[in-house]
Amino acid sequence: MSEMSASQQDAALQGTVGEGDQYLTFNLGDEEYGVDILRVQEIKGWSGATPIPNTPDYVKGVINMRGTIVPVIDLRERFGMPSREYTQFTVVVLVRVLGPGDKERIMGLVVDALSEVYGIPEDELRPPPEFGSIIRTDFIRGLAQVDEKMIIVLDADRLLAEEELATESV
Amino acid sequence: MSIDMGQFLQTFFEESFEGLQEMEAGLLALDSGDPDTETLHTIFRAAHSIKGGAGTFGLQALAGFTHHMETLLDRLREGRQAVTPEAVNLLLESVDCLRGMLEAAQDGGEADPEQAVALEKRLAALVAEGNDPSPVPDAPESEESQASQAVDSPAPGGWRIGFRPEPHLFMTGNDPLRLVEELAELGEVTAECDSGQLPAFGDLDPEQCHLSWTLTLQGGADEDAVREVFEWVEDDCELTISPLAPEGAEDEPPAAEGSPDAPEESTAAAAPDVDDEGDEAADAAVVSEAPAPSSAGHGDNGNQPPAPGAGGGNGQPRKPAAASSIRVNTDKIDALIDMVGELVITQSMLNQLGEDFSEDKLEQLRDGLGQLERNTRELQENVMRIRMVPISFAYARLPRIVHDLSDKLGKQVELKLEGEQTELDKTVMEKLIDPLVHLVRNSLDHGIEPPAQRRELGKPETGTLEIEAYHKGGYIVIEINDDGAGISRDKLLAKARAAGLLQAGEELPDEQVLDLIFHPGLSTAEEATDVSGRGVGMDVVKRNIRQLGGNINLRSQPGEGTQLTIHLPLTLSILDGQLFRVGGQVYIVPLVSIIESLQIQREKLSRVAGKAELYHWREGHLPVLRLRELFNEPDPGGELANGLMVVVEDDDRRVGLHVDELLGQQQVVIKSLEANYQRVTGFAGATILGDGTVALILDIAGLVDLAQAQRKPADAAAMRVATEEAHGEQTQ
Repeated sequence: MSEMSASQQDAALQGTVGEGDQYLTFNLGDEEYGVDILRVQEIKGWSGATPIPNTPDYVKGVINMRGTIVPVIDLRERFGMPSREYTQFTVVVLVRVLGPGDKERIMGLVVDALSEVYGIPEDELRPPPEFGSIIRTDFIRGLAQVDEKMIIVLDADRLLAEEELATESV
Repeated sequence: MSIDMGQFLQTFFEESFEGLQEMEAGLLALDSGDPDTETLHTIFRAAHSIKGGAGTFGLQALAGFTHHMETLLDRLREGRQAVTPEAVNLLLESVDCLRGMLEAAQDGGEADPEQAVALEKRLAALVAEGNDPSPVPDAPESEESQASQAVDSPAPGGWRIGFRPEPHLFMTGNDPLRLVEELAELGEVTAECDSGQLPAFGDLDPEQCHLSWTLTLQGGADEDAVREVFEWVEDDCELTISPLAPEGAEDEPPAAEGSPDAPEESTAAAAPDVDDEGDEAADAAVVSEAPAPSSAGHGDNGNQPPAPGAGGGNGQPRKPAAASSIRVNTDKIDALIDMVGELVITQSMLNQLGEDFSEDKLEQLRDGLGQLERNTRELQENVMRIRMVPISFAYARLPRIVHDLSDKLGKQVELKLEGEQTELDKTVMEKLIDPLVHLVRNSLDHGIEPPAQRRELGKPETGTLEIEAYHKGGYIVIEINDDGAGISRDKLLAKARAAGLLQAGEELPDEQVLDLIFHPGLSTAEEATDVSGRGVGMDVVKRNIRQLGGNINLRSQPGEGTQLTIHLPLTLSILDGQLFRVGGQVYIVPLVSIIESLQIQREKLSRVAGKAELYHWREGHLPVLRLRELFNEPDPGGELANGLMVVVEDDDRRVGLHVDELLGQQQVVIKSLEANYQRVTGFAGATILGDGTVALILDIAGLVDLAQAQRKPADAAAMRVATEEAHGEQTQ
């Protein structure tokens, strides 16, 4: 992984980066997404998953995370982006999310590649603009500008919640 | 020296809740009329433990309340007061109140004091009532009765107490100073210390108590109160209590120790390590049962004299426990230890074999590996068993509910519980309790008729509610039978029509009619009573049981009763599975549900309506489920000529599963799909194969549902619309 970014170092020096303000970012095509680093349980290379019949396409199946059965979803497909063949850079980011009843769960996100770790203070997160119905913004927690790049910070809890809605009727 | 009391507090709560359950069970058992003294003792001891613990932890309200219960219980156990239904009911109410107080204390709050105060008054009133008519039972004026009277009445002058603790007193977490201070609350105490047993300084072990005391207590305390102070150390000291002569009395000098009148109670420390309150629970042993020195000083304060005031020792001998504990039968632990021992032996054997290995030892190596496999499997099974608890934990609540409800509803019900030792997973058990309670309530409320009605019907006045649990295959089965009124089909059908679940004129096969009761909003209760009208219906029960991966079936004969059968998997347990391949994936079917595997013969295959496939099998026809189709795998198409069929059974349904290839059989550990994902129809869970990959375990009932849903999407949609319409009408 690359070195700390300048802004992160600055932030760390100024002491503005609090506990929950660090984000692991990854790429989906040209876009960069981030999740709260404290939520990240583990990062694995893609090594296949056992598909679950009759679940949406973006649910790639379940994998074995040290004895626990964890579902893996393809973020590209989840966001309706064109899918892409998995390569040696494809990774599964295992994140802890809060499911219904505040029960903690773990799910895997398949992403193109890992990117950075950034410190982004809470007040630098801006709400996503309204895209109308073209793009769904429910699982975006906010946008942040780091080094001329836009980071889309995800609300991991919503990813799962949304997903449950999607499969309930199956 | 400071002790974190928090860890003991948790144990106190756990033990207290268990004590309450014991009390409740005991009180209910007393119901029959002829009170069993042993049961009364058990109840009393449970109350006493709670009181003692509450006092230790400074839960004054709790201790005070329990004291009132104890007073009544004491009188009951000594036969000074009759065991009346009134007393039992009052005590049961008190148990409830106490439970509330304990729960509140556990959450760090205070329970509503009013209820406690009201109950305390009633308890006191009942005790007073028992006192009034004749203070002394009509026993003859024998010396014995005088003696027993003496026990009761306070000695006007006070008491002389000889207290000679065993040297190990500190080890039990007791402290003479605290006892003396407690005694001082009863009146003025003067103490005389006998240091004659003190060894020479060089031989002194400061953790031993070598002092003894002669205490004089002035004032009007009665002997019971004095004894109570020493109750916790009774087995760890020599204790003599004799009355002081009233001041100014012309009697002979104060009775000397051991005088014939003085009820001497010197219990030698025959069983120093027995926690006198704890042995009740000995059959359900705690993992950490050894009575550890909870407060006695360790080596680092070795210079402290063994005098009273050795500091900090205010803990009763409680069992230390981890923050979250599980009570496990010691047999299970012993078995585990044995197994680990064997494993170690096998390992060393294999080690030796590896030291200088040659071809000719191959056979030995195989044997060793076989043994290792066996050891591992046994160990695995037994570790799983630790989580298994007997269903009696879930049963424990039922007698109380039946007792209260039958009183309230004016019905007579006999509850029969069977299979109490049947074990199931702790988490399953916890989730089973609510549905079980609900079903029992249902049975009493809607099922069993009032005595008069039963008489008219020619049934015995007392209804029977029978609950039985047993293992069958990889499942635990719980049957709930009552001989009540049963469920009226007509009423159910009428309700279903009214709710729009059924079109007018539409008929249902008989077996499906009863299933209607599991639909939300359909209850046969004429009106919501405070017993059953809690907004929880059979639909919730069914959902809860489905969530546990089980299912529930109902059979009912109007006039004869209702039979409910719950099947629950022993989750976390291991099952024997048959592995097979469909497309590129491996799946598992529990071996218990497989009847037969066979090669498909084309001529035995037939189609109905060009769609559903049936296979001629053993005099009958079997619906065939093409798993490839169900799982949306690319189907090579054509006939089922090549491929195998696994005939599986779920309850009464049998289907043939068409699979590509049969693989081996092996034991698999069931892992939940729900823990991190969700329930998926058709799958009971997943497991991890030897190579680390995940394989899904099929759920036959779910598969059949899935097949039906896929085949008749139109019908299902129509049903949904109908339900929604009905719902809309209701809300308008």
